[in-house]
Amino acid sequence: MGGAHVLDPYHPGGSVLHRLPAQCKIVATFGYVVCVVLTPITAGWAFGAHLAVVGGLCALARLPPGLVLRRLAVELPFVAFAVALPFVVPGERTEVLGVALSRPGLEQAFGLVARATLGLMTVIVLAATTPARELLVGLERLRMPPVIVAVASFMIRYAGIVIDQMGRMSVARRSRAHEPRSLLATRALAASLGTLFIRSYERGERVHLAMLARGYTGALPGALPGPAPRRAQWGAALCLVILGAAIAVLGRRLDLGAPA
Amino acid sequence: MHIPDGFVDAPTSAAFGAVAVAGVGYAVKRAGDEASDQVVPLAGLCAAFVFAAQMLNFPVAMGTSGHLLGGVLAAVLVGPWLGAIAIAVVLGVQSLFADGGLTALGLNITNMALVGALGGYALFALVLRLLPARAPSVAAASAVAALITVPLAAGAFVIEFALGGTVDLPLGGVVGAMLGVHVLIGIGEAVITAATVSLVMSTRPDLVYGARDLLDARRLEIRPPAAAVPTGHGGGTGAAAGGLEPTATSVTGRRAASGSEA
Repeated sequence: MGGAHVLDPYHPGGSVLHRLPAQCKIVATFGYVVCVVLTPITAGWAFGAHLAVVGGLCALARLPPGLVLRRLAVELPFVAFAVALPFVVPGERTEVLGVALSRPGLEQAFGLVARATLGLMTVIVLAATTPARELLVGLERLRMPPVIVAVASFMIRYAGIVIDQMGRMSVARRSRAHEPRSLLATRALAASLGTLFIRSYERGERVHLAMLARGYTGALPGALPGPAPRRAQWGAALCLVILGAAIAVLGRRLDLGAPA
Repeated sequence: MHIPDGFVDAPTSAAFGAVAVAGVGYAVKRAGDEASDQVVPLAGLCAAFVFAAQMLNFPVAMGTSGHLLGGVLAAVLVGPWLGAIAIAVVLGVQSLFADGGLTALGLNITNMALVGALGGYALFALVLRLLPARAPSVAAASAVAALITVPLAAGAFVIEFALGGTVDLPLGGVVGAMLGVHVLIGIGEAVITAATVSLVMSTRPDLVYGARDLLDARRLEIRPPAAAVPTGHGGGTGAAAGGLEPTATSVTGRRAASGSEA
């Protein structure tokens, strides 16, 4: 598992998308993904249009294609599931390369993969152009409950430390000739996990005491000061959502017009 | 594996999003009642722990490996409310970092934080009540809860799928496949949850939320000299643990556990 990118998916750069305030990007991303989900699966061209838009966003953010493709690999197990669909979904059969496949199964598999991939790509653009800290500030500006934002910021800040600790414990296990091959190895893994929990909890207690020593009263100090987004920046975010909505609506309308 | 975008239709996703918001909001309120100013650091570190624990792959059968879901584990260790918040935050961060769909977040939180942690803890408490009030029962109850909760979370997914699935799979087949796979995953989850909980129980039983009532019910007792605790071992932070468990494991365990750096 690519631990490093899971924790820090930010890809530094100076593009327009990098400079856009986080809250605009979050709203635009969420709105666009909703539009993708609302696009009917029978409108194949609409997904082509979505792909063009999201691909355009990737290009605008100057993300290397390899990076986007590598991160898309998260959905591979899901693609495997979709590939099986044409064989198991009941319905009218159609001949593809000499194999009888279910037509609705093919359509649904396409819709599934298309929606999941487009949703994932949109989020990849968001995560690659926004540092985690700014994402949290953006969420707070969007009136996400402060407790949740604070917990998330703690998690992101300490996950790296906890994972490093786990890595050191793994080195310690392996240097004692531990090779996890069977369920019997679970014992040693669980012992590590228990110790990891105790260490994490004790770290939590120490951090809490340190916070109290610095005057923590139960509320984190306000979000980092940053300029409020300009109207044009909100406009850009809105444009993206409107574009997505237009594709979804057109897809739906043309789809209804066509003989089903 | 998390539900991606577009697997369940938009109205169902929105409905379960509302369920998730209500559930997590309630958990935040209850957690605040219990440990007001400690919620943030403890839930944050617990979320980091669950996040790390999910990266720890353990071998299943035939060369495949699975990872921990951690709902029952987190709930038994830090309590249902903090546990549910931690799992929900892990899922939220994972969805922002491109694992699990953004629009399916409500579904994922319902399955893994509400059913997985809150429901799992309810099961755990129920089983613990049926077992004799002794320390090993905590690990046993968490194993049973984990074993049942994993298929239960899969069941919640099947309900969501039946309500708004975008794929015409025969429901019976989906139920069979999901439950079959998740019973297997549940066995692994049960083994690792029980082993982890029993390690924490033998090292820092005061940290196990699920064992609180059990520990409160115990009283300090004076034992005959043969079983007496050597002086200098039971003091300090282990006070709550004092006089509970065999001291040898307690002492070595604490040394192992406290070797961390600040």
